[in-house]
Amino acid sequence: MNTLEARQVEKAFGRTHALRGLSAKIEPGEIVAITGPSGSGKSTLLHCLSGIMRPETGEVHYAGERIDTLDEAARTKLRREHFGIVFQFGRLVPELTAVENVALPLLFDGHGREEATTVARAWLEEAGAADVADARPAELSGGQLQRVAVARALITSPKVIFADEPTGALDSVAGERVLSLLLGAARVNSATVVIVTHDNRVAAYADREIVLRDGVTAGEVMA
Amino acid sequence: MSIGHILLGLLTERPKHGYELKREHDERLPGAKPLAYGQVYATLQRLQRDGKVAISGTAQESGPERTVYEITGEGTADVHRWLAEIEQPAPFISSPLFARVVLALVAEGSADGYLLRQRSAHLERMRELTARKSSAGASVGELLAADYALHHLDADLRWMETARQRIDELTREIRA
Repeated sequence: MNTLEARQVEKAFGRTHALRGLSAKIEPGEIVAITGPSGSGKSTLLHCLSGIMRPETGEVHYAGERIDTLDEAARTKLRREHFGIVFQFGRLVPELTAVENVALPLLFDGHGREEATTVARAWLEEAGAADVADARPAELSGGQLQRVAVARALITSPKVIFADEPTGALDSVAGERVLSLLLGAARVNSATVVIVTHDNRVAAYADREIVLRDGVTAGEVMA
Repeated sequence: MSIGHILLGLLTERPKHGYELKREHDERLPGAKPLAYGQVYATLQRLQRDGKVAISGTAQESGPERTVYEITGEGTADVHRWLAEIEQPAPFISSPLFARVVLALVAEGSADGYLLRQRSAHLERMRELTARKSSAGASVGELLAADYALHHLDADLRWMETARQRIDELTREIRA
């Protein structure tokens, strides 16, 4: 099974300890919110779980395999094949149009340009962003950027979707639309969702909350 | 809450009978306490006495014959006067949550455990409201009521986190 687990993970940036022996387990298909005040280690945990970053000590496991010991290339491959990631400000490639951004993961996977573009347009349609398919990121509103970023994260039907403050830059109603889109698609694919958020109203969409304080879990709140 | 103004507001649409007013109140303000029929009837009598509503006839659907009320010119002016006013923001909010945090500090020396348990209860309620809001067929009234409750619970949670940080900070200062 595609269980995701951090075991006694520690990570420091200089003298600042972001994670101090943190353990957390996320079951397949779960929607989990990681919450906590600024500097509590939320984003660092997401980066360690998704293989973007390697912890100094401790272990990270995915689907029965230890992933923190994999080299950069193997972790990139894992992310491309199994994970979808949405960041706060979309992090789209500014030189590419929305549809080109969404098609990127498929192009990396070796699909042809025409096929990738067709699938990307369908995802933009699904995300309610078909009308901005040929616009560049600088021409998009915050809500549109996030819809495009969600389409890009979902295009490979990932097993796990990581979202770091996906609605942080949006107003309530626009944020709700982005979340509905993300969680709706995840439920259809039985994907696991890990959302880092400081917004309690976003956390209320999750089945479970992992509360972080000073780099360790302060508690877990089950649905 | 001014029930008289709410009933007058509902009557601006068209004449209605008492049972209809009660049903519409409960449906359109889903977060509010449902009105008792006696309360509707007593309020309508008062409004009639004050010249803000008048009897326009009777209606009979399946049950008994019901008196239908219409709003008068004076009633209409009263609703608009009421809508032009504002609700006074509460100058100081006393909350049972606040009392528990203070007493947990007094009696147990720490509010951390309480704050975490309360967070869990608040978030559970927020989950229920979010699920209700996300379900197909939620009415505008239900959406607005759920949003209102969610924002208030969120404000409690943010206050609770601030309280925890303040207590931490003060404890550190005292120990230093």
